[in-house]
Amino acid sequence: MKLFTNIGKYLLLLVKILQRPQNPGIYRQKIIVEMDNLGLQSLGIVAIISVFMGAVVTIQTAFNTDHPLLPIYAVGFATRQSIILEFSPTIISLILAGKVGSRIASEIGTMRVTEQIDALEVMGINSAGYLILPKIIASMIVNPMLVIISIFLGILGGWMASAITNVVPLSHYFYGILFEFSQYDVFYALIKTVVFAFLIASISGYFGYITRGGALEVGHSSTKAVVFSSIYIIIFNLILTQILLV
Amino acid sequence: MIEVKELKKSFGELNVLKGINTTFEVGKTNLIIGQSGSGKTVFMKCLVGLLEPDSGGVFFDKNNFTLMNEKQRTKVRKKMGMLFQGSALFDSLTVEENVVFPLEMFNKDMTRKEKLERAHFCLDRVNILDANHLYPAEISGGMKKRVAIARAIANKPDYLFCDEPNSGLDPQTAIVIDRLISEITKEFRITTIINTHDMNSVMEIGDHVIFIYKGNLWWEGSSDEILTTGNKEVEDFVYASELVRKLK
Repeated sequence: MKLFTNIGKYLLLLVKILQRPQNPGIYRQKIIVEMDNLGLQSLGIVAIISVFMGAVVTIQTAFNTDHPLLPIYAVGFATRQSIILEFSPTIISLILAGKVGSRIASEIGTMRVTEQIDALEVMGINSAGYLILPKIIASMIVNPMLVIISIFLGILGGWMASAITNVVPLSHYFYGILFEFSQYDVFYALIKTVVFAFLIASISGYFGYITRGGALEVGHSSTKAVVFSSIYIIIFNLILTQILLV
Repeated sequence: MIEVKELKKSFGELNVLKGINTTFEVGKTNLIIGQSGSGKTVFMKCLVGLLEPDSGGVFFDKNNFTLMNEKQRTKVRKKMGMLFQGSALFDSLTVEENVVFPLEMFNKDMTRKEKLERAHFCLDRVNILDANHLYPAEISGGMKKRVAIARAIANKPDYLFCDEPNSGLDPQTAIVIDRLISEITKEFRITTIINTHDMNSVMEIGDHVIFIYKGNLWWEGSSDEILTTGNKEVEDFVYASELVRKLK
Protein backbone atom coordinates (compact mmCIF):
# COMPACT_ATOMS: atom_id res chain seq x y z
CA MET A 1 0.00 0.00 0.00
CA LYS A 2 2.84 2.35 0.93
CA LEU A 3 4.44 1.64 -2.45
CA PHE A 4 1.32 2.81 -4.30
CA THR A 5 1.10 5.90 -2.08
CA ASN A 6 4.70 6.72 -2.95
CA ILE A 7 4.12 6.15 -6.66
CA GLY A 8 1.08 8.46 -6.52
CA LYS A 9 3.01 11.16 -4.68
CA TYR A 10 5.92 10.74 -7.11
CA LEU A 11 3.62 11.23 -10.11
CA LEU A 12 2.03 14.32 -8.52
CA LEU A 13 5.51 15.71 -7.88
CA LEU A 14 6.44 15.06 -11.52
CA VAL A 15 3.44 17.16 -12.62
CA LYS A 16 4.72 19.99 -10.41
CA ILE A 17 8.29 19.56 -11.67
CA LEU A 18 7.27 19.68 -15.32
CA GLN A 19 5.35 22.97 -15.04
CA ARG A 20 6.59 25.86 -17.15
CA PRO A 21 9.73 27.39 -15.57
CA GLN A 22 9.13 30.82 -14.00
CA ASN A 23 12.45 32.19 -15.24
CA PRO A 24 13.94 30.01 -18.04
CA GLY A 25 17.25 31.95 -17.95
CA ILE A 26 17.93 30.90 -14.35
CA TYR A 27 16.94 27.30 -15.14
CA ARG A 28 19.43 27.25 -18.05
CA GLN A 29 22.22 28.44 -15.76
CA LYS A 30 21.28 25.80 -13.19
CA ILE A 31 21.34 23.06 -15.86
CA ILE A 32 24.94 23.98 -16.73
CA VAL A 33 25.93 23.91 -13.05
CA GLU A 34 24.20 20.55 -12.54
CA MET A 35 25.90 19.08 -15.63
CA ASP A 36 29.17 19.80 -13.88
CA ASN A 37 28.00 18.62 -10.43
CA LEU A 38 26.28 15.45 -11.56
CA GLY A 39 28.20 14.57 -14.73
CA LEU A 40 31.73 15.88 -14.96
CA GLN A 41 32.40 15.14 -11.30
CA SER A 42 31.47 11.51 -11.96
CA LEU A 43 33.88 11.18 -14.88
CA GLY A 44 36.74 9.86 -12.74
CA ILE A 45 34.87 6.94 -11.21
CA VAL A 46 33.22 6.09 -14.55
CA ALA A 47 36.62 6.06 -16.28
CA ILE A 48 38.34 3.86 -13.69
CA ILE A 49 35.50 1.33 -13.49
CA SER A 50 35.13 1.16 -17.29
CA VAL A 51 38.80 0.50 -18.00
CA PHE A 52 39.07 -2.24 -15.38
CA MET A 53 35.74 -3.85 -16.20
CA GLY A 54 36.64 -3.89 -19.91
CA ALA A 55 39.91 -5.60 -19.05
CA VAL A 56 38.21 -8.16 -16.78
CA VAL A 57 35.46 -8.94 -19.33
CA THR A 58 38.12 -9.58 -21.99
CA ILE A 59 40.20 -11.90 -19.78
CA GLN A 60 37.15 -13.81 -18.51
CA THR A 61 35.73 -14.20 -22.04
CA ALA A 62 39.09 -15.42 -23.30
CA PHE A 63 39.33 -18.09 -20.60
CA ASN A 64 35.72 -19.22 -21.02
CA THR A 65 35.75 -19.44 -24.80
CA ASP A 66 38.93 -21.43 -25.14
CA HIS A 67 37.45 -23.93 -27.60
CA PRO A 68 38.74 -24.94 -31.06
CA LEU A 69 35.31 -24.36 -32.66
CA LEU A 70 35.13 -20.75 -31.44
CA PRO A 71 37.16 -18.18 -33.38
CA ILE A 72 39.69 -16.18 -31.32
CA TYR A 73 38.14 -12.88 -32.45
CA ALA A 74 34.95 -13.89 -30.54
CA VAL A 75 36.68 -12.49 -27.44
CA GLY A 76 36.72 -8.99 -28.93
CA PHE A 77 33.20 -9.41 -30.25
CA ALA A 78 31.84 -10.58 -26.85
CA THR A 79 33.67 -7.81 -25.01
CA ARG A 80 32.21 -5.17 -27.31
CA GLN A 81 28.66 -6.53 -27.06
CA SER A 82 28.83 -6.90 -23.27
CA ILE A 83 30.11 -3.37 -22.84
CA ILE A 84 27.74 -1.66 -25.28
CA LEU A 85 24.59 -3.60 -24.47
CA GLU A 86 24.82 -4.02 -20.73
CA PHE A 87 27.88 -2.88 -18.88
CA SER A 88 28.07 0.78 -19.91
CA PRO A 89 24.37 1.71 -19.91
CA THR A 90 23.18 -0.40 -16.98
CA ILE A 91 26.12 -0.93 -14.62
CA ILE A 92 27.36 2.64 -15.02
CA SER A 93 23.81 3.89 -14.40
CA LEU A 94 23.66 1.79 -11.23
CA ILE A 95 26.95 3.31 -10.11
CA LEU A 96 25.61 6.79 -10.91
CA ALA A 97 22.44 5.95 -8.95
CA GLY A 98 24.71 5.48 -5.94
CA LYS A 99 26.90 8.49 -6.48
CA VAL A 100 24.53 11.02 -8.03
CA GLY A 101 21.31 9.73 -6.44
CA SER A 102 22.58 10.06 -2.89
CA ARG A 103 23.94 13.51 -3.69
CA ILE A 104 20.62 14.74 -5.08
CA ALA A 105 18.55 13.28 -2.22
CA SER A 106 20.83 14.58 0.52
CA GLU A 107 21.15 18.04 -1.08
CA ILE A 108 17.38 18.50 -1.47
CA GLY A 109 16.64 16.75 1.84
CA THR A 110 18.98 19.11 3.68
CA MET A 111 17.32 22.07 1.98
CA ARG A 112 13.96 20.72 3.19
CA VAL A 113 14.96 20.27 6.85
CA THR A 114 16.72 23.66 6.98
CA GLU A 115 13.58 25.40 5.63
CA GLN A 116 15.30 26.50 2.40
CA ILE A 117 12.50 24.89 0.38
CA ASP A 118 9.91 26.71 2.52
CA ALA A 119 11.80 29.93 1.77
CA LEU A 120 11.49 29.24 -1.97
CA GLU A 121 7.76 28.50 -1.61
CA VAL A 122 7.11 31.69 0.38
CA MET A 123 8.89 33.68 -2.35
CA GLY A 124 6.35 32.25 -4.81
CA ILE A 125 8.84 29.93 -6.54
CA ASN A 126 7.84 26.45 -7.72
CA SER A 127 10.45 24.79 -5.51
CA ALA A 128 10.06 21.30 -7.02
CA GLY A 129 10.55 22.61 -10.53
CA TYR A 130 13.40 24.90 -9.58
CA LEU A 131 15.33 22.25 -7.65
CA ILE A 132 14.61 19.01 -9.51
CA LEU A 133 13.96 19.85 -13.18
CA PRO A 134 17.49 21.19 -13.89
CA LYS A 135 18.94 18.02 -12.31
CA ILE A 136 16.75 15.78 -14.50
CA ILE A 137 17.62 17.65 -17.69
CA ALA A 138 21.33 17.81 -16.80
CA SER A 139 21.42 14.07 -16.08
CA MET A 140 19.59 13.24 -19.32
CA ILE A 141 22.17 15.27 -21.27
CA VAL A 142 25.35 14.31 -19.49
CA ASN A 143 24.78 10.61 -18.64
CA PRO A 144 24.72 9.51 -22.32
CA MET A 145 28.04 11.34 -22.75
CA LEU A 146 29.45 9.43 -19.78
CA VAL A 147 28.20 6.17 -21.26
CA ILE A 148 29.83 6.89 -24.63
CA ILE A 149 33.11 7.57 -22.80
CA SER A 150 32.57 4.40 -20.75
CA ILE A 151 32.08 2.29 -23.91
CA PHE A 152 35.26 3.69 -25.43
CA LEU A 153 37.27 3.17 -22.22
CA GLY A 154 35.83 -0.33 -21.65
CA ILE A 155 36.99 -1.44 -25.07
CA LEU A 156 40.33 0.29 -24.45
CA GLY A 157 40.62 -1.63 -21.16
CA GLY A 158 40.05 -4.88 -23.07
CA TRP A 159 42.76 -3.90 -25.52
CA MET A 160 45.16 -3.13 -22.67
CA ALA A 161 44.41 -6.51 -21.05
CA SER A 162 45.03 -8.25 -24.38
CA ALA A 163 48.29 -6.40 -24.87
CA ILE A 164 49.57 -7.00 -21.34
CA THR A 165 48.42 -10.59 -20.70
CA ASN A 166 48.40 -11.74 -24.33
CA VAL A 167 45.17 -13.73 -23.77
CA VAL A 168 44.15 -12.83 -27.30
CA PRO A 169 46.30 -11.42 -30.12
CA LEU A 170 45.61 -7.72 -30.69
CA SER A 171 44.77 -8.15 -34.36
CA HIS A 172 42.08 -10.72 -33.45
CA TYR A 173 40.79 -8.49 -30.67
CA PHE A 174 40.35 -5.56 -33.06
CA TYR A 175 38.78 -7.79 -35.69
CA GLY A 176 36.27 -8.96 -33.07
CA ILE A 177 35.56 -5.39 -31.95
CA LEU A 178 34.65 -4.39 -35.52
CA PHE A 179 32.91 -7.68 -36.42
CA GLU A 180 29.26 -7.15 -37.46
CA PHE A 181 29.05 -3.85 -35.63
CA SER A 182 25.52 -2.48 -35.49
CA GLN A 183 24.88 1.21 -34.78
CA TYR A 184 21.50 0.25 -33.36
CA ASP A 185 23.27 -1.33 -30.36
CA VAL A 186 24.71 2.07 -29.44
CA PHE A 187 21.32 3.69 -30.01
CA TYR A 188 19.77 1.08 -27.70
CA ALA A 189 22.39 1.80 -25.04
CA LEU A 190 21.78 5.53 -25.23
CA ILE A 191 17.98 5.19 -25.05
CA LYS A 192 18.39 3.06 -21.92
CA THR A 193 20.81 5.58 -20.42
CA VAL A 194 18.45 8.52 -20.97
CA VAL A 195 15.59 6.64 -19.28
CA PHE A 196 17.84 5.58 -16.40
CA ALA A 197 19.08 9.17 -16.01
CA PHE A 198 15.49 10.38 -15.72
CA LEU A 199 14.75 7.70 -13.11
CA ILE A 200 17.86 8.45 -11.03
CA ALA A 201 17.32 12.22 -10.90
CA SER A 202 13.55 12.17 -10.43
CA ILE A 203 13.39 9.35 -7.85
CA SER A 204 16.28 10.81 -5.85
CA GLY A 205 14.75 14.28 -6.11
CA TYR A 206 11.44 12.87 -4.87
CA PHE A 207 12.97 11.22 -1.80
CA GLY A 208 14.92 14.38 -1.00
CA TYR A 209 11.86 16.58 -1.46
CA ILE A 210 9.60 14.58 0.88
CA THR A 211 12.19 14.46 3.68
CA ARG A 212 10.83 15.53 7.06
CA GLY A 213 12.76 15.79 10.31
CA GLY A 214 16.50 16.21 10.68
CA ALA A 215 19.91 14.81 9.79
CA LEU A 216 18.85 11.22 10.44
CA GLU A 217 15.94 11.47 7.99
CA VAL A 218 18.21 13.02 5.36
CA GLY A 219 20.38 9.91 5.65
CA HIS A 220 17.32 7.65 5.30
CA SER A 221 16.14 9.59 2.23
CA SER A 222 19.55 9.28 0.68
CA THR A 223 19.58 5.51 1.21
CA LYS A 224 16.03 5.12 -0.13
CA ALA A 225 16.94 7.19 -3.19
CA VAL A 226 19.81 4.83 -4.06
CA VAL A 227 17.84 1.65 -3.34
CA PHE A 228 14.72 2.64 -5.30
CA SER A 229 16.66 4.18 -8.20
CA SER A 230 18.61 0.92 -8.52
CA ILE A 231 15.47 -1.23 -8.35
CA TYR A 232 13.69 0.82 -11.02
CA ILE A 233 16.79 0.79 -13.23
CA ILE A 234 16.79 -3.01 -13.11
CA ILE A 235 13.04 -3.20 -13.82
CA PHE A 236 13.18 -0.72 -16.71
CA ASN A 237 16.27 -2.46 -18.05
CA LEU A 238 14.17 -5.57 -18.54
CA ILE A 239 11.23 -3.65 -20.02
CA LEU A 240 13.39 -1.63 -22.45
CA THR A 241 15.39 -4.69 -23.50
CA GLN A 242 12.15 -6.48 -24.31
CA ILE A 243 10.82 -3.46 -26.25
CA LEU A 244 13.99 -2.44 -28.08
CA LEU A 245 15.78 -5.73 -28.83
CA VAL A 246 13.03 -8.29 -29.33
CA MET B 1 -3.34 44.69 6.32
CA ILE B 2 -3.89 41.01 7.08
CA GLU B 3 -7.16 39.73 8.52
CA VAL B 4 -7.59 36.26 9.95
CA LYS B 5 -11.11 34.87 10.27
CA GLU B 6 -12.08 31.70 12.16
CA LEU B 7 -8.83 29.94 11.26
CA LYS B 8 -8.86 26.26 12.21
CA LYS B 9 -6.22 23.60 11.68
CA SER B 10 -5.92 20.10 13.02
CA PHE B 11 -3.59 17.16 12.50
CA GLY B 12 -5.65 13.99 12.82
CA GLU B 13 -7.33 14.11 16.23
CA LEU B 14 -5.17 17.00 17.43
CA ASN B 15 -6.86 20.42 17.08
CA VAL B 16 -3.95 22.84 16.88
CA LEU B 17 -5.82 26.03 15.92
CA LYS B 18 -9.39 26.33 17.18
CA GLY B 19 -10.80 29.30 15.30
CA ILE B 20 -8.53 32.34 15.45
CA ASN B 21 -9.79 35.84 14.56
CA THR B 22 -7.46 38.83 14.48
CA THR B 23 -6.21 41.73 12.34
CA PHE B 24 -2.61 42.73 11.66
CA GLU B 25 -2.29 46.38 10.66
CA VAL B 26 0.09 48.13 8.28
CA GLY B 27 3.22 49.74 9.71
CA LYS B 28 2.96 47.85 12.99
CA THR B 29 5.05 45.05 14.45
CA ASN B 30 2.54 42.39 15.37
CA LEU B 31 3.85 39.76 17.77
CA ILE B 32 2.46 36.27 18.21
CA ILE B 33 3.47 34.86 21.57
CA GLY B 34 2.68 31.69 23.45
CA GLN B 35 4.24 28.63 25.00
CA SER B 36 6.02 26.03 22.90
CA GLY B 37 3.40 23.79 21.31
CA SER B 38 0.64 26.40 21.57
CA GLY B 39 0.24 26.57 17.78
CA LYS B 40 2.26 29.70 16.91
CA THR B 41 4.30 28.12 14.14
CA VAL B 42 1.29 26.32 12.66
CA PHE B 43 -0.57 29.65 12.71
CA MET B 44 2.24 31.41 10.85
CA LYS B 45 2.57 28.58 8.33
CA CYS B 46 -1.17 28.88 7.66
CA LEU B 47 -0.76 32.63 7.14
CA VAL B 48 1.92 32.22 4.47
CA GLY B 49 0.31 29.18 2.85
CA LEU B 50 2.90 26.58 3.83
CA LEU B 51 0.03 24.74 5.55
CA GLU B 52 -3.58 24.64 4.40
CA PRO B 53 -6.10 25.53 7.12
CA ASP B 54 -9.09 23.20 7.59
CA SER B 55 -11.47 26.15 7.61
CA GLY B 56 -11.50 29.91 7.95
CA GLY B 57 -9.61 32.43 5.89
CA VAL B 58 -6.55 34.65 5.68
CA PHE B 59 -7.22 37.95 3.88
CA PHE B 60 -4.34 39.98 2.45
CA ASP B 61 -5.75 43.47 1.83
CA LYS B 62 -9.30 42.00 1.69
CA ASN B 63 -8.31 39.19 -0.75
CA ASN B 64 -8.94 35.69 0.57
CA PHE B 65 -5.55 33.97 0.22
CA THR B 66 -6.96 30.63 1.39
CA LEU B 67 -9.30 30.36 -1.60
CA MET B 68 -6.76 31.46 -4.22
CA ASN B 69 -5.31 29.10 -6.83
CA GLU B 70 -1.55 28.63 -7.15
CA LYS B 71 -1.16 31.36 -9.79
CA GLN B 72 -3.04 33.94 -7.70
CA ARG B 73 -1.08 32.93 -4.61
CA THR B 74 2.22 33.43 -6.44
CA LYS B 75 1.20 37.08 -7.06
CA VAL B 76 0.54 37.61 -3.34
CA ARG B 77 3.70 35.75 -2.36
CA LYS B 78 5.79 38.14 -4.42
CA LYS B 79 4.70 40.78 -1.88
CA MET B 80 5.80 38.61 1.07
CA GLY B 81 9.16 38.41 2.78
CA MET B 82 9.93 35.83 5.40
CA LEU B 83 12.66 35.46 7.97
CA PHE B 84 12.96 31.84 9.10
CA GLN B 85 14.07 30.58 12.49
CA GLY B 86 17.24 29.05 11.05
CA SER B 87 17.62 31.89 8.51
CA ALA B 88 17.16 29.42 5.59
CA LEU B 89 19.84 31.05 3.45
CA PHE B 90 20.78 29.11 0.33
CA ASP B 91 24.08 27.39 1.15
CA SER B 92 25.36 27.34 -2.42
CA LEU B 93 24.95 31.10 -2.89
CA THR B 94 27.01 33.95 -1.44
CA VAL B 95 25.42 36.56 0.80
CA GLU B 96 25.01 38.91 -2.17
CA GLU B 97 23.58 36.17 -4.41
CA ASN B 98 21.10 35.22 -1.67
CA VAL B 99 19.75 38.78 -1.63
CA VAL B 100 19.78 39.12 -5.43
CA PHE B 101 18.00 35.77 -5.84
CA PRO B 102 14.36 36.91 -5.38
CA LEU B 103 15.07 39.86 -7.67
CA GLU B 104 16.55 37.56 -10.35
CA MET B 105 13.54 35.27 -10.24
CA PHE B 106 10.82 37.85 -10.68
CA ASN B 107 12.13 41.24 -11.76
CA LYS B 108 12.68 40.85 -15.48
CA ASP B 109 12.37 44.63 -15.94
CA MET B 110 15.38 45.38 -13.76
CA THR B 111 18.89 45.28 -15.21
CA ARG B 112 21.60 43.24 -13.50
CA LYS B 113 23.17 46.49 -12.27
CA GLU B 114 19.89 47.68 -10.74
CA LYS B 115 19.41 44.34 -9.00
CA LEU B 116 22.91 44.51 -7.52
CA GLU B 117 22.32 48.09 -6.40
CA ARG B 118 19.09 47.05 -4.66
CA ALA B 119 20.87 44.10 -3.01
CA HIS B 120 23.67 46.38 -1.81
CA PHE B 121 21.12 48.87 -0.47
CA CYS B 122 19.38 46.09 1.52
CA LEU B 123 22.68 44.69 2.82
CA ASP B 124 23.81 48.17 3.77
CA ARG B 125 20.49 48.76 5.55
CA VAL B 126 21.15 45.76 7.79
CA ASN B 127 24.83 46.75 8.19
CA ILE B 128 26.37 43.71 6.54
CA LEU B 129 27.51 44.97 3.15
CA ASP B 130 31.14 44.02 3.92
CA ALA B 131 30.24 40.31 3.99
CA ASN B 132 28.59 40.24 0.57
CA HIS B 133 31.06 37.77 -0.98
CA LEU B 134 31.03 35.29 1.91
CA TYR B 135 28.97 32.09 1.98
CA PRO B 136 26.38 31.46 4.74
CA ALA B 137 28.66 28.83 6.31
CA GLU B 138 31.32 31.53 6.78
CA ILE B 139 29.22 33.99 8.80
CA SER B 140 27.80 34.02 12.35
CA GLY B 141 24.19 33.35 13.40
CA GLY B 142 23.48 37.06 13.92
CA MET B 143 24.92 37.90 10.49
CA LYS B 144 22.79 35.18 8.91
CA LYS B 145 19.67 36.78 10.42
CA ARG B 146 20.69 40.14 8.98
CA VAL B 147 21.23 38.62 5.53
CA ALA B 148 17.86 36.86 5.81
CA ILE B 149 16.22 40.21 6.64
CA ALA B 150 17.99 41.81 3.66
CA ARG B 151 16.73 38.99 1.41
CA ALA B 152 13.21 39.31 2.84
CA ILE B 153 13.02 43.04 2.07
CA ALA B 154 14.83 42.89 -1.30
CA ASN B 155 11.61 42.66 -3.28
CA LYS B 156 10.02 45.56 -1.33
CA PRO B 157 7.45 43.37 0.41
CA ASP B 158 4.14 44.57 1.82
CA TYR B 159 4.13 41.79 4.41
CA LEU B 160 7.06 40.57 6.50
CA PHE B 161 6.86 37.34 8.48
CA CYS B 162 9.49 36.47 11.07
CA ASP B 163 9.59 33.08 12.75
CA GLU B 164 11.49 33.41 16.04
CA PRO B 165 13.96 35.95 14.62
CA ASN B 166 16.19 36.04 17.68
CA SER B 167 16.32 32.37 18.61
CA GLY B 168 19.88 31.21 19.15
CA LEU B 169 21.20 34.76 19.46
CA ASP B 170 22.81 36.44 22.43
CA PRO B 171 20.62 39.09 24.17
CA GLN B 172 22.49 42.05 22.66
CA THR B 173 22.33 40.73 19.09
CA ALA B 174 18.69 39.74 19.64
CA ILE B 175 17.79 43.33 20.53
CA VAL B 176 19.69 44.64 17.49
CA ILE B 177 17.72 42.27 15.23
CA ASP B 178 14.41 43.22 16.92
CA ARG B 179 15.08 46.92 16.49
CA LEU B 180 16.13 46.41 12.89
CA ILE B 181 12.86 44.65 12.10
CA SER B 182 10.87 47.36 13.87
CA GLU B 183 12.71 50.16 12.05
CA ILE B 184 12.23 48.49 8.68
CA THR B 185 8.53 47.97 9.41
CA LYS B 186 7.98 51.68 10.08
CA GLU B 187 10.37 52.90 7.37
CA PHE B 188 8.82 50.89 4.53
CA ARG B 189 5.26 50.70 6.02
CA ILE B 190 5.18 46.90 6.05
CA THR B 191 2.71 44.67 7.87
CA THR B 192 5.09 42.69 10.06
CA ILE B 193 4.19 39.56 11.98
CA ILE B 194 6.70 38.07 14.39
CA ASN B 195 6.47 34.70 16.05
CA THR B 196 8.35 34.71 19.33
CA HIS B 197 8.41 33.60 22.94
CA ASP B 198 10.97 36.18 23.94
CA MET B 199 9.50 38.72 26.37
CA ASN B 200 12.37 41.13 25.60
CA SER B 201 11.07 41.33 22.02
CA VAL B 202 7.53 41.90 23.26
CA MET B 203 8.57 44.83 25.45
CA GLU B 204 11.02 46.23 22.89
CA ILE B 205 8.99 46.27 19.68
CA GLY B 206 5.48 44.88 20.29
CA ASP B 207 2.97 47.36 18.84
CA HIS B 208 0.29 44.69 18.81
CA VAL B 209 0.63 41.42 20.71
CA ILE B 210 -1.53 38.32 20.49
CA PHE B 211 -1.22 35.49 22.98
CA ILE B 212 -2.09 32.01 21.73
CA TYR B 213 -2.99 29.41 24.34
CA LYS B 214 -3.89 25.83 23.43
CA GLY B 215 -4.85 26.82 19.89
CA ASN B 216 -7.05 29.77 20.92
CA LEU B 217 -6.42 33.48 20.72
CA TRP B 218 -6.41 33.99 24.48
CA TRP B 219 -5.52 37.65 24.71
CA GLU B 220 -4.54 40.59 22.49
CA GLY B 221 -3.37 44.10 23.18
CA SER B 222 -0.24 46.26 23.30
CA SER B 223 3.07 45.56 25.02
CA ASP B 224 2.14 48.05 27.75
CA GLU B 225 -1.14 46.32 28.49
CA ILE B 226 0.37 42.83 28.69
CA LEU B 227 1.99 43.52 32.08
CA THR B 228 -1.29 44.40 33.73
CA THR B 229 -3.74 42.17 31.92
CA GLY B 230 -4.90 40.18 34.94
CA ASN B 231 -5.26 37.12 32.72
CA LYS B 232 -3.78 34.13 34.58
CA GLU B 233 -2.37 32.27 31.55
CA VAL B 234 -0.84 35.46 30.11
CA GLU B 235 0.68 36.38 33.47
CA ASP B 236 2.07 32.86 33.92
CA PHE B 237 3.80 33.29 30.56
CA VAL B 238 4.96 36.88 31.08
CA TYR B 239 6.22 36.31 34.60
CA ALA B 240 7.65 32.86 34.00
CA SER B 241 11.17 33.98 34.81
CA GLU B 242 12.26 34.53 38.41
CA LEU B 243 14.00 37.75 37.41
CA VAL B 244 10.86 39.29 35.88
CA ARG B 245 8.83 38.23 38.91
CA LYS B 246 11.29 40.03 41.19
CA LEU B 247 11.12 43.14 38.99
CA LYS B 248 7.33 43.05 39.23
